[in-house]
Amino acid sequence: MALDREAIAHIAKLARIRVPEAELDALAGELSTIISWVEQLDEVDTDLVEPMTSVVAQRLKQRPDKVTDGGYPEKILANAPDPVAAYFAVPKVME
Amino acid sequence: MSQLTDLTIAAARDGLAQGEFSARELADSHLAAMEAARALNAFVTETPERALEMAEASDARRTKGEALPLDGIPLAIKDLYCTEGVMTTAGSHILDGFRPPYESTVTGQLWRDGAVMLGKTNMDEFAMGSANVTSHYGPVESPWRREGDNCALVPGGSSGGSAAAVAARIALGATGTDTGGSIRQPASFTGIVGLKPTYGRCSRWGIVAFASSLDQAGPMTRTVRDSALMLRSMAGHDPKDLTSVDRPVPDYEAALTGDIRGLRIGIPAEYRMDGMPEEIEALWRQGEDWLTAAGAECVPISLAHTKYALAAYYIVAPAEASSNLARYDGVRYGLRLPGDSIDAMYEATRGKGFGAEVRRRVMIGTYVLSAGYYDAYYLKAQKVRSLILKDFTDAFEDVDVILAPTAPSAAFAIGEKEDDPIAMYLNDVFTVPASMAGLPGISVPAGLSGEGLPLGLQLIGRPFDEETVLRAAGVLEDAAGFDARPPALTGL
Repeated sequence: MALDREAIAHIAKLARIRVPEAELDALAGELSTIISWVEQLDEVDTDLVEPMTSVVAQRLKQRPDKVTDGGYPEKILANAPDPVAAYFAVPKVME
Repeated sequence: MSQLTDLTIAAARDGLAQGEFSARELADSHLAAMEAARALNAFVTETPERALEMAEASDARRTKGEALPLDGIPLAIKDLYCTEGVMTTAGSHILDGFRPPYESTVTGQLWRDGAVMLGKTNMDEFAMGSANVTSHYGPVESPWRREGDNCALVPGGSSGGSAAAVAARIALGATGTDTGGSIRQPASFTGIVGLKPTYGRCSRWGIVAFASSLDQAGPMTRTVRDSALMLRSMAGHDPKDLTSVDRPVPDYEAALTGDIRGLRIGIPAEYRMDGMPEEIEALWRQGEDWLTAAGAECVPISLAHTKYALAAYYIVAPAEASSNLARYDGVRYGLRLPGDSIDAMYEATRGKGFGAEVRRRVMIGTYVLSAGYYDAYYLKAQKVRSLILKDFTDAFEDVDVILAPTAPSAAFAIGEKEDDPIAMYLNDVFTVPASMAGLPGISVPAGLSGEGLPLGLQLIGRPFDEETVLRAAGVLEDAAGFDARPPALTGL
């Protein structure tokens, strides 16, 4: 499927990645090429095939739903680019 | 002391045990080699102080008679592994300045066993690449050169810094990670051994995630025995990663018996692809002859869906990447650009923080998972993936291990293939199928191309049968007798 500028701008919005206007056409070309190439999978008959859900046959372990870690906000916040007191801070979301 | 950098891990272990040299001396010579080879750009962060501290602690343990399995062995760590207090970048601008307050399980196990960290190696951004040219920190140069040509070559990727560091004798071994070939392909390009274990053999906890159903940690070394030694420390169940399997970790070194009599080796017809260079095909046949001469039996097998593995991979891996990389939002760590709204802040941060290849893959992943397209792309790819796994499962009814080339070419020049994403993706055509099936695979240096560059052969095994893979790889290694060295080192 060929993706046009508008489609690319929409995907960029969904992915929360700002793409400069000037790059939209080039990106549309690249992504269309890749999408057309992966569409070769349409040749494969998969009507009776179950999709893979786990690559290695194993039963996932269960564990008690208990808190086993934590209590160190200063470590959690140590890498935050713009923390406020003991919180991560973001631009205002609600008025 | 330069010859200390030329040892294998096994020989260094023995030399340390016999008191021929100290861990401190071993660290000193590797740190000197690291400094001398800075032009390769193999490291994002060098950690000489930590290396010396760890080496001295290792010597102190040995004096007390408490030496550990990898005590004093200097290693390079791919910058995808979180290392406590040491900058971890994943080769990306978006993780600017990130210092994890925790240690990845795999590196923690290497330090538990006495290994010494030299530094963090350069890599393709978020492990997305096959040439180590997508790193925010610039491309890595291979220590190899074509005969009579000084043009800088790629070390392969994404574990390119690790591969270059081991090939250039800067580290005795290195950690890599392999999602679609990122350990095996650079190992092939640089003339070293690279082992991707079975999915679930090593914990992924603390390793920056790319595609969670494919990512696996593994060793990169100069010999098969050294990979066996490193894997024993790296493998094992981790309660923090429920996909890591709870089964005993064998003594992989003990599997290297050299005896492969009666082993059945599958030769997959579908790996003989159009346009494959004759020298790769010749090396593959040579590999068959070597294994046959050692008493194994090579039989033709069919892996019918091989040609679709790469296309399925380029749906599954970007889809998982688009989910995993959603965490880079400018809030909790790394880069942040200002914005008037929270969405504007996200978009500015991610637009600036991701390089071109990462942006491409996150957008492909977003598209194939988006409403109306999920069934046509992602679900379809996961069905094809089931067929790829079934091909292997059927083949392993009849054979014990599969022999194939590692990569469709030798290393190429930095700058080549960069304007054609699909040409770059084709580097992984022989490594991706085993990744999609979660199987263990190893690349062993087996010969030189007409231009004097290393070429690897790949062995693929049954799930959790790293022992047979290593045993056959050891025989292949002995038969090939690969002793070529990067030209810059021939004077050593």
